[in-house]
Amino acid sequence: MAVTEQVKKQHLLWRAGFGPGTQLNGAAAGSPFHLYDSLVKSSSDKPIYLDVATALDDRFFGDMSEKENVFNVQETKQRVISFAKESREYLKKLNLQWLDQMVESPAQLTEKISLFWHGHFACRSQNVFHQQMLLHSIRSNALGNFRTLLTEVSKSPAMLAFLNNQQNRKSQPNENFAREVMELFTIGRGNYTEKDVKEAARAFTGWGFNLKTGFVFRKFQHDTGSKTLMGRTGNFDGDDVIKILLEQKNTAQFIARKVYSYFVNEQVDEAKVHWLAERFYQSDYEIGSLMKDIFTSSWFYDERNIGAKIKSPVELLVGIRRILPMELKRDEVQLLLQRALGQVLFYPPNVAGWPGGKNWIDSSSLMLRLKIPQFLNGEPLAIATKIDDDQEMGMSGAASNKNKNGFADGMNRFKLNAVIDWPQYIKLFNAVSRPQLNQAIAGLILQTPKGSISSDVVNMAADASSRENYIKSVSIALMSTPDYQMC
Amino acid sequence: MLIKRSGFLQVGSMATASLMMPKFLKAFETGNRVPQGNKVVVVLQLSGGNDGLNTVIPYRNDIYYKVRPQLGIDKSKLHTLTSEVGLHPALSGFKNLYDDGSLGIINNVGYPNPDRSHFRSMDIWQTASHSSDYLNTGWVGRYLDAQCNGCDKPTQALEVDDVLSLALKGSSVKGLAFKDARRLFGTSQEKFFKELSKKHLSHHEEQPIDYLYKTMAETISSAEYIFQQSKLHPGSANYPATELGKSFKTIASLIMSNINTKIYYLSLGSFDTHVNQQNQQQRLFTEMNDAVTSFVADLKANNRFQDVLLFSFSEFGRRVAQNASGGTDHGSANNMFLVSGGLKQQGLINGMPDLIDLKDGDLKYSVDFKQVYATVLNKWLGANDHQILGEKYEQLSFI
Repeated sequence: MAVTEQVKKQHLLWRAGFGPGTQLNGAAAGSPFHLYDSLVKSSSDKPIYLDVATALDDRFFGDMSEKENVFNVQETKQRVISFAKESREYLKKLNLQWLDQMVESPAQLTEKISLFWHGHFACRSQNVFHQQMLLHSIRSNALGNFRTLLTEVSKSPAMLAFLNNQQNRKSQPNENFAREVMELFTIGRGNYTEKDVKEAARAFTGWGFNLKTGFVFRKFQHDTGSKTLMGRTGNFDGDDVIKILLEQKNTAQFIARKVYSYFVNEQVDEAKVHWLAERFYQSDYEIGSLMKDIFTSSWFYDERNIGAKIKSPVELLVGIRRILPMELKRDEVQLLLQRALGQVLFYPPNVAGWPGGKNWIDSSSLMLRLKIPQFLNGEPLAIATKIDDDQEMGMSGAASNKNKNGFADGMNRFKLNAVIDWPQYIKLFNAVSRPQLNQAIAGLILQTPKGSISSDVVNMAADASSRENYIKSVSIALMSTPDYQMC
Repeated sequence: MLIKRSGFLQVGSMATASLMMPKFLKAFETGNRVPQGNKVVVVLQLSGGNDGLNTVIPYRNDIYYKVRPQLGIDKSKLHTLTSEVGLHPALSGFKNLYDDGSLGIINNVGYPNPDRSHFRSMDIWQTASHSSDYLNTGWVGRYLDAQCNGCDKPTQALEVDDVLSLALKGSSVKGLAFKDARRLFGTSQEKFFKELSKKHLSHHEEQPIDYLYKTMAETISSAEYIFQQSKLHPGSANYPATELGKSFKTIASLIMSNINTKIYYLSLGSFDTHVNQQNQQQRLFTEMNDAVTSFVADLKANNRFQDVLLFSFSEFGRRVAQNASGGTDHGSANNMFLVSGGLKQQGLINGMPDLIDLKDGDLKYSVDFKQVYATVLNKWLGANDHQILGEKYEQLSFI
């Protein structure tokens, strides 16, 4: 069965962005390759800085001298603790602002690849200011050079703190940072030895940060002795480690494989990955060329790669908002859904990021996913999510966060209060005749092969009282299917 | 088809039961239709890091009161177990269980290189991994993988919650989470979903989408199965009107039905008591104490207490010394409660923690929690603990 140009363009929009919107969709003129060019163009500007916390940071640390915070006196500690308490609320704001970017920004490619790097460079931090800086590094370099991205991330206070490099000292090395840089960020397991980890950790000694200036190199904590890493010997520091790791072709291979599995298909085609890795290495790690190699290859548009990926919770939520423009009266509901579905931005499950694929799906998460379009359409939502003590910091316990809405069964039950701009959506079908409507809606909403959903079922859910109601009801029904979970 | 299966199970269990006459007759007298010997595990997760030292309290140890001048609980308020050890004031029901020989306490449970982050340490407990490894499957999930390959109702592990924990996720089989059997049934039986599932046309080759349809079909059939089973024995004892009370009532009703569930999972929290620990722990323990007391009474009345093993755990214990805010910070080793009518060892199973020989201000562990899992999997559930945990751990003797 031939894949239509519309399906191919939608495939590109789902993988290189968050799916078709009412403005940009499969009806765009030209071939998928043209569409890719225009996506690149829309992503050429440096992204705006999502700043929720500078004022907060100033309020807590603005009057501190550099000396005070270098010596980490008791008062500094106290401020850091109070700051972390407020951070949690601000992180929610950052989360929602970034989600809005994913929905509304024309720089779809930047935001999508940033989401990938956000999982690759998984990091938890109680400090919202550090998180927003790390996010900005990622979004600014998402399509740039991997060397720059890796260096900026590795020197970010958020990551240095998360991976304990502040505690990595000449006298008492802490290997956590060095290990994760190798295992998760660059060459991957099996391509380094425990000795390499120890030696790299020594090279990273002295890398730290202070609250005022961010990254600092603490000369007196740095081990200046000779180290041997990946068969090379010298008086290496952290920058040298990164350089040596990037000289390894295994790093290009590791990244290319992960990118392929995320953007193309979890069933990895080793030959394609090898080809991508070679070119990625030759380009000296230009992420833009790697993405171009993928999205302008004909194999990317093969039927086996289309509709073959399970959307992550964020892809699902953002995708719905893109195709059904809506105003959310309670936008924090999106945080609840992220949590119930297992993907809260800035709270990856562990240093390895979100495992993805089938891991997203179990009975409860699937049934909730299937119900979301109906919740958006007015049906009340009843759900209690798990407590995450890193997010709650024990503060919710006093009110037993489950019962605070006072329902007898302990559920938080409320309406999502979404106001969907239906006319904007319905306009997309102006040129479609009534008998063709069913097909046209399915063609826009679903990426899985035709025939997966029986037309009897769709007709059962359809409200044929008017053309508008028909479009609405069929669209909501099709979005409430397992097929809609795929892209 | 569902009714048929349920009918079959009932006949099947009657037939099995008739082979073990005396016990069966005894069970019959009290109205119990489930044959004894069907072992079940209930896992109670105390989320947030419960303070073990204020749970099982060394009231004769001066160091305890010295490092906890405000938080240390006075001897007069405790439920004393031995001349050295007492239970938190809110745990009166646990004291009765102790006197009854139905309570076991394992002290100093932990793992090498402990992590003090909630989410990481909880992951380690739920996946039963080493602290250096990251697994995407939980220990109960891998039990399902081993037990339930191709079984038609994946209800062998259930979590009473709206969201499924990593502990119950296997690589091919996942447990099922629900808060309320009726609500799960209601959602899954929506006509649209049932029709979708029934009319889905699968392709010859396995497609990624098939996994979702398979999960959907299983959810629909399991939800109906669970709902039907939960109605058979609604539970007689009075349960407290708390979240946990209701969850235990749901579990009891299923334990007394014919359902094939072997592991139930539920959690209580938050025990993350950095500030104002006393009130929070008191409140949570009261909820736990009352719910467990009703649960045990219900099981006893139905002759099922011999076959049910409840154990509690928390992702870590807390610092030995109190902090400056009337609370305690994250620590490492902790204690676990075992509750069952079938314990081979009762009371204090091992020694109390050493409050002098600490590591960075925290208790040292002497029992790896994976030994407890191995014991439960092997001795209680008859499963291959080595395969599920990926390693052989020395088993304990409490069952």
